[in-house]
Amino acid sequence: MRDDTIELPGRGPVAERAATPGGQPGDLTQELLDTDWWSDDMLVRAGIPVHDVPFVSVGGGIGSFVTVDYLRICGVPTSAIKVLTQLNTPWESYEYLTRVSQIPRGERLRSDSASCPDNIWGFPSYGIREAWATKSLKPLWHLLTEPFLNDYWTPKAGHAFDSMEREYHRIGYPETVVKGQVRMVRRRIGGGYFTILTPPEGAAPTRRIAYRSRYVHIAVGYPGLKFLPDLQEYREKTRDYGSVVNAYEPHEQIYQRLQAAPGTVLVRGGGIVASRVLQRLIDDRDRLGLQTQILHSFRTFVTGSHGPHIWMRRRGGDGWAYQGFNYPKSVWGGQLKARVRKLEGQDRADLYKQFGGTNTPKRRHWQAQLRRGRQQGWYQAFQGEIANLRPGQNGTVHVELKTDQGPRQVQVIAVIDCTGLEADVREHRVLADLLDHGGAGRNPLGRMDVERSFELRGTRSEPGRMYLSGSAANGGYFPGVDTFLGLQIAAQEIADDLQTLGFCSGLGPLRSTSQWWKWARGKRI
Amino acid sequence: MLPTLNGRIQTRIAMLVVVGGLWTLLLTPLLPLPGPLGEAYAMTFTILLTTLVLGVAWEFLYHLIMQFRWEKDWPTGLSLITVVNEGALVWLLLSLDAVPGLDGPSVPFGAFALLFLTTWLVVWLLAVGPMRVPFIHWRFRGGRLV
Repeated sequence: MRDDTIELPGRGPVAERAATPGGQPGDLTQELLDTDWWSDDMLVRAGIPVHDVPFVSVGGGIGSFVTVDYLRICGVPTSAIKVLTQLNTPWESYEYLTRVSQIPRGERLRSDSASCPDNIWGFPSYGIREAWATKSLKPLWHLLTEPFLNDYWTPKAGHAFDSMEREYHRIGYPETVVKGQVRMVRRRIGGGYFTILTPPEGAAPTRRIAYRSRYVHIAVGYPGLKFLPDLQEYREKTRDYGSVVNAYEPHEQIYQRLQAAPGTVLVRGGGIVASRVLQRLIDDRDRLGLQTQILHSFRTFVTGSHGPHIWMRRRGGDGWAYQGFNYPKSVWGGQLKARVRKLEGQDRADLYKQFGGTNTPKRRHWQAQLRRGRQQGWYQAFQGEIANLRPGQNGTVHVELKTDQGPRQVQVIAVIDCTGLEADVREHRVLADLLDHGGAGRNPLGRMDVERSFELRGTRSEPGRMYLSGSAANGGYFPGVDTFLGLQIAAQEIADDLQTLGFCSGLGPLRSTSQWWKWARGKRI
Repeated sequence: MLPTLNGRIQTRIAMLVVVGGLWTLLLTPLLPLPGPLGEAYAMTFTILLTTLVLGVAWEFLYHLIMQFRWEKDWPTGLSLITVVNEGALVWLLLSLDAVPGLDGPSVPFGAFALLFLTTWLVVWLLAVGPMRVPFIHWRFRGGRLV
């Protein structure tokens, strides 16, 4: 990772050393680095110990978790699976991102009630379970009347994490986990793959360990989330990392400074993270009687419904584009899912563009807060881009803005950037290696090109298969890949493909029902 | 549930035939209907069949309405309240004696309402959640069963 990339859990820096004969044994050799297809002998020559296991999942986040969950339910034993990861729990990285972006466990995610990473059936949904747990009909009424009389119902972050933890133990997930950093996956002469793991210092006698498997699943999450160049430049020049921040970094110090003394803060961005940061600022303002002034810049200021034609119009206003979830809801099973599945090349990229773009849900609570802010004059939203940032007086930041009304200068105590550039897939070492040596290619959006079955196109090593799911597959035949439900849809496609290859049982009505019953009783499998 | 048009039609047919059929079989003897049980069954199953045939046509209208929604979805609540328009149309056709094979005006409103509402509710309750338990692929395949 470069230093313009926001650090995430499980992405520790790689202490790469050149292969040194006579150093720690069992390291990569030049022969291995340079060769696309490896033989068993090459690993023997390098002194890298080889472990056999049928299925390897690389990543260990929620993508690995839901895939392993599905396979376990399809009858694959824990002994046939290894999850190679640096994470302590599958939700560690996701929980970090939600927490710092102002969704602690008690707040609600932007996720549908039936998107349950702990339950492949999505029944009973989070809403039903919350109604049961709280002995209240309110969540049910909310679900029945969404999105007309109520906002879309969404689960609390803590509910999702707690339920995942239960499933994590139920399926014996910890038994599959091997800690370490995956360096690369290469195809094996004779079929299948070698996955090279760098175990934690001192955990193994050799520098590397190889897993020889017929199947590999890659779910490494976001290749990286980058600081915007203007922000990065200011921080590097001034060494001030506390006043100009990205919302995906811990930035509690800004809320504390506003509590200590009144000030103005500039929020940039029009997505869900901006909404959450604004809510935090306004909640603090209300709760503690603060005098915080909020400036809010949108690169694209949306004034109303927008879209190419009457059948494709998204609501918007006051700067925002409104959408219930990360994607229009029908990408997870409805019309849009069916449509994208048939599209290739530029046609697919064009449709992604139509329903893409930054957006946020239109929640009544947020609407009321911002309306009050506009009326009382402490919240001001405008079209604008940051032209320059420099240190101002008394620890403030002087911001030059380029707006549609002309240039504007403001002094703020902090800039909270709620935009983010998703890094290119090549910035992830494992993905870059797959592009260079694994036969993988890019899809019309520049991410990793997967088949409808989520097999990573071009990487086949008969009779083995390599699959990839999650954010790195965005732009494929299925759009919602980087969501709870999307990961489950991918897991289902992968499990179906593996079933035809004889690796796991199918999930017909009988097996599905009996497995659900085990889930409902919390019975370990 | 976010099915495609094809999936919605398939689900509707399967649900009304299997679940609606069983429910009608159980409920009919308890309904205040005139004549012997055989005639009562003929009456209730004709109503079920009428609902099914009209329902397929309704789906095309709902599909059209969905196109105006950015999300292209059909919220859960709508699947429940469409009992009103669909029930009203079947009752209207019965009142006009326009349902083939049935003396529509002789159907008591109370029995019709009870049959229609309860069948709708049972089908809806199963379709919004429990259906996913045995048919796990159905959910992500736009509601298609075949």
